[in-house]
Amino acid sequence: MPILEGKGVTKYFGGLAAVSNVDFRVEQGEAFGLIGPNGAGKTTLFNLISAALSTRSGTITFKGKNITGLKPYKICRMGIARTFQTVKIFPDLPVMSNVVLGLYFGASGKMSSGEKTRRASEYLDFVGLSKVMTVPARDLTLANQKRLEVARALATGPELLLLDEIMAGLNATEVAQAMELVNRIREKGITIIMIEHVMKAIMSVCQRIMVLHHGEKIAEGTPREIAGSEKVIKVYLGDKAHAGG
Amino acid sequence: MDLATLKTKKNIITGAILLVILILLATLPLYAPGYPVILLSSILMYVILTVGWVIFSAPTGYISLAPAAFFGVGIYTSAIVGEAIPFAAVVLIGGTASFCLALIVGALTLRLKGIYFAVFTFGLLMLISSAVNYYEIHFTGTRGRFVMIKGYDLIYLYMLGIFVLLMIAAMTIKHSRYGLALMSIGQEEEAAEHTGVNVVMVKVIVFAVSAFFMGAAGSVMATKWTYIDSGIAFYMLYSFMPVLMAIFGGMGQLYGPIIGSAIFTYLEEFLITRFPEVYMLIFGVILVIAILYLPDGLVGLIQKLWNRFSERKHAHT
Repeated sequence: MPILEGKGVTKYFGGLAAVSNVDFRVEQGEAFGLIGPNGAGKTTLFNLISAALSTRSGTITFKGKNITGLKPYKICRMGIARTFQTVKIFPDLPVMSNVVLGLYFGASGKMSSGEKTRRASEYLDFVGLSKVMTVPARDLTLANQKRLEVARALATGPELLLLDEIMAGLNATEVAQAMELVNRIREKGITIIMIEHVMKAIMSVCQRIMVLHHGEKIAEGTPREIAGSEKVIKVYLGDKAHAGG
Repeated sequence: MDLATLKTKKNIITGAILLVILILLATLPLYAPGYPVILLSSILMYVILTVGWVIFSAPTGYISLAPAAFFGVGIYTSAIVGEAIPFAAVVLIGGTASFCLALIVGALTLRLKGIYFAVFTFGLLMLISSAVNYYEIHFTGTRGRFVMIKGYDLIYLYMLGIFVLLMIAAMTIKHSRYGLALMSIGQEEEAAEHTGVNVVMVKVIVFAVSAFFMGAAGSVMATKWTYIDSGIAFYMLYSFMPVLMAIFGGMGQLYGPIIGSAIFTYLEEFLITRFPEVYMLIFGVILVIAILYLPDGLVGLIQKLWNRFSERKHAHT
């Protein structure tokens, strides 16, 4: 049984199909990549899975249970956590409290406050933020704010983690660190779906990739298959007619 | 002595000081009857309205202008059922009526953000005030109602009791996971929701809890005025004052709004008696100065002075 499955998932904005009749299957334990040009519907699909938006038609099932139409906090407590394309941290709260919130309200269940502090520092250590635990989150660099979002998402105890462009805006060293972080999360047994424009990263981290274009799925396969697909190259580089050749 | 025992020792001392203050306040009618009791009742009224406003609006940033509506519901409860049942039950019913009203209003409107929420809550106040007025004129055939007098000492003791319960509730919320949730809602509501917080439920419940205390305070204060009508009970100043007093005192700490509203109320009494013609003008000037020069309120000023003081102390050693 796939951990997450979508059937005919559709979302319109006005008359525009942002996501149109998309089917997908994500297997337990894999890193699943989601790519496509700007406006292809990648983030919209994330918003549909995490229930930030409601689907117009189609169903999404998580571990065999239909989760379409549930509220975002319910989705989170069932074990699906996410990060945001534009960072959404709690700027005036200390880094530590950002993560503690996830432990309080996520899927991790009840624990003592000492246990919470210990777990929160573990997650911060895991993403490499143990030195800045008491700093207000707004004072972190962009790369560190993105790490904080990952730590907060992990603190909710997810089985499935949605990462929305965690590498955008990072320098080469930070991208390498982020790739290593994604691999370590997967080693914990957490399934990952990631949206990314950094091709090198997505090709080396993911086992399977789905390509969206104008809200439709145009290709799906291993990184090698995707890299060799004529359709995908056409979408990214334009075909000969458009290029004027 | 390690840090933990030091902390518990500090807690015991703070607790002892608070207990002494509470006993002094509770026995006030015995050694200072008359005006001090009446003045402290007014101060407690504003403190309750302000702290009640602060527990919801300060962390979430949802500016509610409904305090007067909840306060007025309490007042009318007292006017309607006041003579029929024991006073404690009246106060409880007044609070509960406001609590229920806040639950309904909250569920309907707490998806509105920023200025829209503020405007709606103010509209609610106007709506209830007009509806009550309409009902009284068309169905009961009167404009206002008389409320049974209960005596200043009793009013004072009830207000003190409500204040103590409110502080316990405020501290409990602040230090529970819901305190953290409220702050996260104020800073990035969408992220809070995706981190597992049932934002609608948390907002509505805390909004209703804050309304409970406002309503309870209203049903006590009604007995002081003996006559009420919709204009008195739903006086819009009771919506604006808590906001101003909270800003004046500073919202960073819970004692900020208490200090703010206490000084504010005393100032108002003082100015009304000394300068009845220009008191609003002086009041306005003080408020403008406070907003311009005390961005974090009185508490911010106190902390700044304290920091400067402790720096100097360290510099000498």
